Amino acid sequence: MNLFEKIREGLTKTRDQLLTRIEWAVKGRPISEEAFDAIEEAIILSDAGLETTEYLIRELKEKWKRGQIKTSDDIERSIMDEVEKILLPVEKEVDTNTHKPFVILTIGVNGVGKTTTIAKLAHFFKKAQKKVLLGACDTFRAAAIEQLEVWAKRVNADIIKHSQGSDPAAVAFDAVKAARARDINILILDTAGRLHTKSNLMEEMKKIKRVIGKEIDGAPHETLLVVDATNGQNAIVQAKTFHDALHINGIIATKLDGTAKGGFILPIAHTLKIPIRFLGIGEKIDDLVPFQAHAFSRALFHSKD
Amino acid sequence: MLIGLQGSGKTTTAGKLALFLRKKARKPLLVPSDVYRPAAIEQLVKLGNQIMIDTFTMPEINDPLAICREAKAYAMKHGCDTLIVDTAGRLHINDEMIEELINQKKLLTPRETMLVLDAMTGQDAVNIASTFNEKVGVDGIILTKLDGDTRGGAAISIKAVTGKPIKFIGVGEKLDAIEPFHPERMASRILGMGDIVSLVEKAQEVFDEKQARALEKKIRKEEFTLEDFRDQIKQMKKLGSIESIISMFPGLSKFRGAIDFSQAEQDIKKTEAIINSMTQKERLFPTIIDGSRRLRISRGSGTNVQDVNELLKRYMEMKKMIKKFTKGGIKGFPKQLFMR
Repeated sequence: MNLFEKIREGLTKTRDQLLTRIEWAVKGRPISEEAFDAIEEAIILSDAGLETTEYLIRELKEKWKRGQIKTSDDIERSIMDEVEKILLPVEKEVDTNTHKPFVILTIGVNGVGKTTTIAKLAHFFKKAQKKVLLGACDTFRAAAIEQLEVWAKRVNADIIKHSQGSDPAAVAFDAVKAARARDINILILDTAGRLHTKSNLMEEMKKIKRVIGKEIDGAPHETLLVVDATNGQNAIVQAKTFHDALHINGIIATKLDGTAKGGFILPIAHTLKIPIRFLGIGEKIDDLVPFQAHAFSRALFHSKD
Repeated sequence: MLIGLQGSGKTTTAGKLALFLRKKARKPLLVPSDVYRPAAIEQLVKLGNQIMIDTFTMPEINDPLAICREAKAYAMKHGCDTLIVDTAGRLHINDEMIEELINQKKLLTPRETMLVLDAMTGQDAVNIASTFNEKVGVDGIILTKLDGDTRGGAAISIKAVTGKPIKFIGVGEKLDAIEPFHPERMASRILGMGDIVSLVEKAQEVFDEKQARALEKKIRKEEFTLEDFRDQIKQMKKLGSIESIISMFPGLSKFRGAIDFSQAEQDIKKTEAIINSMTQKERLFPTIIDGSRRLRISRGSGTNVQDVNELLKRYMEMKKMIKKFTKGGIKGFPKQLFMR
């Protein structure tokens, strides 16, 4: 399966929901104002948010009035183009060659799949012949360290850990030191899940960032937020709050295969403009794919191919 | 039997339920059957150890059915009256994994099949709940992560669409952060009206009546020491954060987020740290704390001498107040009231 097919399959639920509604509105009849209402509803139901949806519809109507949209195929193509335009600015692959070690700090609310995603990331970087080290900074949840250890073994990466209940910043400190000493390319730090509403846990995260920054100038080079696609609209709130408190450089959206709300990616790109690095689209270790605006918009709206 | 998507909070909920049931004088047995996620079984074992509740494991076996079968036998033998079976997280659209769940259910014939749902899921929760209900059959729902910024509006739609009751809600990271679901309280939460009933219940659970009486006696005898003061702080903290307490008062919920409570939390923490850095003798007889002791205490607690001075000053004032009350106040007060 190539990359596009993978994304396509991961987005099946969202696409089905979108296309049935859109096709029902435009197939075999002249395009009218009502058709746009139906399209608007379909896009809103994919959790794309009001602002972004209204923007999309406005652009589409413009084109229609200018006579650039005549058939239902035109509509599909135009939506795809517009969505791609929104997504293109956030398609930025993370360049890990800028620093050595390149430090990635992963954060997110509870249960979004941080640890699993880190394993997938480690696997991805190892395939690119990088030396990867993992840091088990989730010292809060029971057996979180063991979980990361199992993954470290499976993907054949080293791991730095303390015992449960210890200071996560201390683990981060040791991991950074070890990464330097062992000539590591990429250090990925796992952290405990925290709801974006808990200010004390945000402070803890700021401390981790400070500690890393003291050891290596400019580190963490990537503060990576993991969001769960099943959270839909709430994922956008999470992204906003985490970004305000901790300044995020990149986002990974997980569990896209389990929801019809894949449209939530759109407002993240449209209003927050934070680069989307990867998409999690399945349970297997290589079910993490780099985000591509073109592939994503085609996978979202194209029934054929 | 607990079922649900990945990351909805099944394992943590299993631990919370076990603790809840033991408080109700039952003898639960925790049964981790998630053989897929790395260290999932270990996670439940650790939670079980934390609350000292038995966890059934079969090392080297990765067949959920076998684990369930043996767990049943084990429970019979050891007199456990409630099995709490944690299952692997799965998508409601993954037929293969759903099939496994159906088989597990057939074998267990559970009294309650509970769907664990992340409250942040929003309206998609309805799809998830109805799919699980159609395919596996659900008796009740547990909503988790309600301590986030969601108000839990999905609760209404879930009940309306599936007709299944919501049985518990998860409201925090700690293992006692689970509450039976009360529709009227959820309604006032959704409308932002506070929840005084939950607050009173929580206070009853946290404050020990005997301890309170002992404290009252001490106050009467003017023996209220810094040690007692610290106990008070500890009990306060058990009630939850200041913010969460405030939000339970009707009419005060609008201040939530508007005022920064972290400063007040910080002050309480500081006070506790200072008292913790004293010797027991110092706590019992604060008058012996001289300049060099103050310096030591401030260093030990990571504060400065002014903070220690401030605390001691407040303590002395408090003692004076207590004296006034006990002399003429508390004893005389009711008399005056009735004599008039």
